[in-house]
Amino acid sequence: MQQTLFDKIWDFHRVAQRADGRDLLYIDRHVLHELHAHHAFAQLRKPSRAVRRPDLTFAVQDHTVATKPGRDDETNPSGSAFIKAMREGCQSNGIRLFDIGDPEQGISHVVAPELGIVLPGATHAVPDSHASTVGGVGALAFGCGTSELAHILATQVMALKRPKSMRVQLDGRLAAGVTAKDVALRIIAEIGVAGARGHVVEYAGAAVRPMPVEQRMTLCNLNIEMGGRSGLVAPDETTFEWLAHRSFAPQGAAWDRALRHWRTLPSDHGASFDREVSLDCTALEPQISWGTDPSQVVGISGRVPDPAALEPARRAAAASAFGYMDLAPGTPLLGLPIDRVFIGSCTNSRLPDLQVAADVIRGRRVAPGVIAMVVPGSSSVKRDAEAAGLDRVFRDAGFFWGESGCSMCAGGNGDRGAPGERCVSTTNRNFENRQGVKVRTHLASPATAAASAIAGRIADARALTPGMA
Amino acid sequence: MQPFTSHTGIAAPFPKDDINTDQIAPILHSRGLKEDYRAMLFHRARRREDGSEDPDFVLNKPQFRDAGILAVGENFGAGSSRESAVWSVLANGIRVIIAKSFADIYRENCLQNGVLPIVLGAELGDQFIARVIAADGQAPFTVDLVMQRINGPGGPDIEFEIPPADRTRLLEGLDDIGLTLKHVDAITSWEARAQAAQPWLQAARDGRQAK
Repeated sequence: MQQTLFDKIWDFHRVAQRADGRDLLYIDRHVLHELHAHHAFAQLRKPSRAVRRPDLTFAVQDHTVATKPGRDDETNPSGSAFIKAMREGCQSNGIRLFDIGDPEQGISHVVAPELGIVLPGATHAVPDSHASTVGGVGALAFGCGTSELAHILATQVMALKRPKSMRVQLDGRLAAGVTAKDVALRIIAEIGVAGARGHVVEYAGAAVRPMPVEQRMTLCNLNIEMGGRSGLVAPDETTFEWLAHRSFAPQGAAWDRALRHWRTLPSDHGASFDREVSLDCTALEPQISWGTDPSQVVGISGRVPDPAALEPARRAAAASAFGYMDLAPGTPLLGLPIDRVFIGSCTNSRLPDLQVAADVIRGRRVAPGVIAMVVPGSSSVKRDAEAAGLDRVFRDAGFFWGESGCSMCAGGNGDRGAPGERCVSTTNRNFENRQGVKVRTHLASPATAAASAIAGRIADARALTPGMA
Repeated sequence: MQPFTSHTGIAAPFPKDDINTDQIAPILHSRGLKEDYRAMLFHRARRREDGSEDPDFVLNKPQFRDAGILAVGENFGAGSSRESAVWSVLANGIRVIIAKSFADIYRENCLQNGVLPIVLGAELGDQFIARVIAADGQAPFTVDLVMQRINGPGGPDIEFEIPPADRTRLLEGLDDIGLTLKHVDAITSWEARAQAAQPWLQAARDGRQAK
């Protein structure tokens, strides 16, 4: 029987079937963050349950931490109680915490793979819907709520109904200046915000293979925006090279043995999926969202759609988005004046993301009146970027260069825009009020965000950077 | 978890599709760990720009203030996994959400908290929303999980499906962790098997510290 990558990981990790018919799936790596942790520790205290495997559990301060240089527990007053409560819970339960000031602190979905905590063929859980980011290394990751987090702490398993499988086949070759972010936004636009609900998605095809691991993570990161239960990319030599010698990855003989196993993980030829979707990426241009959900997306040369041209089911949402975004049907996206640019988040804050943005910005200045921020995805990304001089490129151009965290993605740390501002953002959600009350978010790639910061308007980086065209 | 057998209450119509958890439970930047979940529910949608209540928002209308049932559209609870989006529903006395469909994580979070998530699909969902709008909070609906039936004004009883496992868990108010811990021996033997077959999965050590 031919198996998919998902089948292989699921079947190995299936511990038992619970009395109520759910599968108990063993979780190899569990990472907490401060918005949920204190609730979960409190839930465990009530019937006095222990954390089963503190050695397989990690915690990262990311959602509420301030990004100002010199930050501490109190810099974001609405985060400090959460930060302290998680620290205390980690101490009393023996959980390794990547705290504020730790050289490895960052966004959980960036930190776990870059330290080699998450591995191909491993299962992973985070109380965050973007958990599947680490699917980029071939891990099977699930986002969950707080009760499920407490459940995993106590049992090291998740109780799940087996999701269905779906393959998104990405054919062709990406043109220069077009990235995984653009591909992901296009897929969501095609299949809608609930298009992958109930499914674990494998991203495959000729357009995926040349992608570096960081791009694969961007692709998998946006999986939840089409409702997917999880998303992954089969591991290959690119993955293994990327993971080798990372701190928590197996070393020496253990590495060799793991490698032999990892090479057996890709979906068998002829394995069947419950659903198949394909997209030819050859002619794809950079994509940008115009509305208030991540399926409201057009190519950068496109216009805000005429509702009559949309599927009937999408018209009501479009009509409500026009008002919030202050955009009329037929308006071109290129040239739209902007107030703010944010480069960061678990979607697009890894070193290559920052490099691409810096290449666009180098030698240029942020347009007058535009507030532009870069927040590296981890303290390690920040160090590497500084070693490569990228911080100078950003600072010289007039960008704020922040300490690592989730920052303006959800604004939980106080980094938010002002009402009415139009923001080009490399994040994952353009929901109303997410980046600040009445902030109008346009989701795009780091290159598009960088070019827009320079132009003061939504801009196509390929027009600014000859090498990209 | 409080068990769920049946609930009789006013049903409020909220038929928009793709309502996300940012809308249901916005991050409010309170300074303490004890948040006011009751006030959190649809915090922004409930208020006008000056902060006063918007009398046109459905849950602010007198007939829906004490609604115990929410009738919603497609993909309810999309977005973030934050469980406060269910806690805020519960804090307002809402025990049943009847949807055309739910986002996966949100539905799981409902089951963890004794909120009954009923999926009716598009056609039946539209019919039910029309009945809820017509009833206008003047007569209650009864949702019976034992019989898997919705009863109320404006039409015949509606039978609904729910996976038996989820039904049992809600009816008995089972402790999810307790259910799983009955399999603790299976978990322990899985760990031993994994240690033999893929030992790197059972150890997450910082190789730099080992040196």
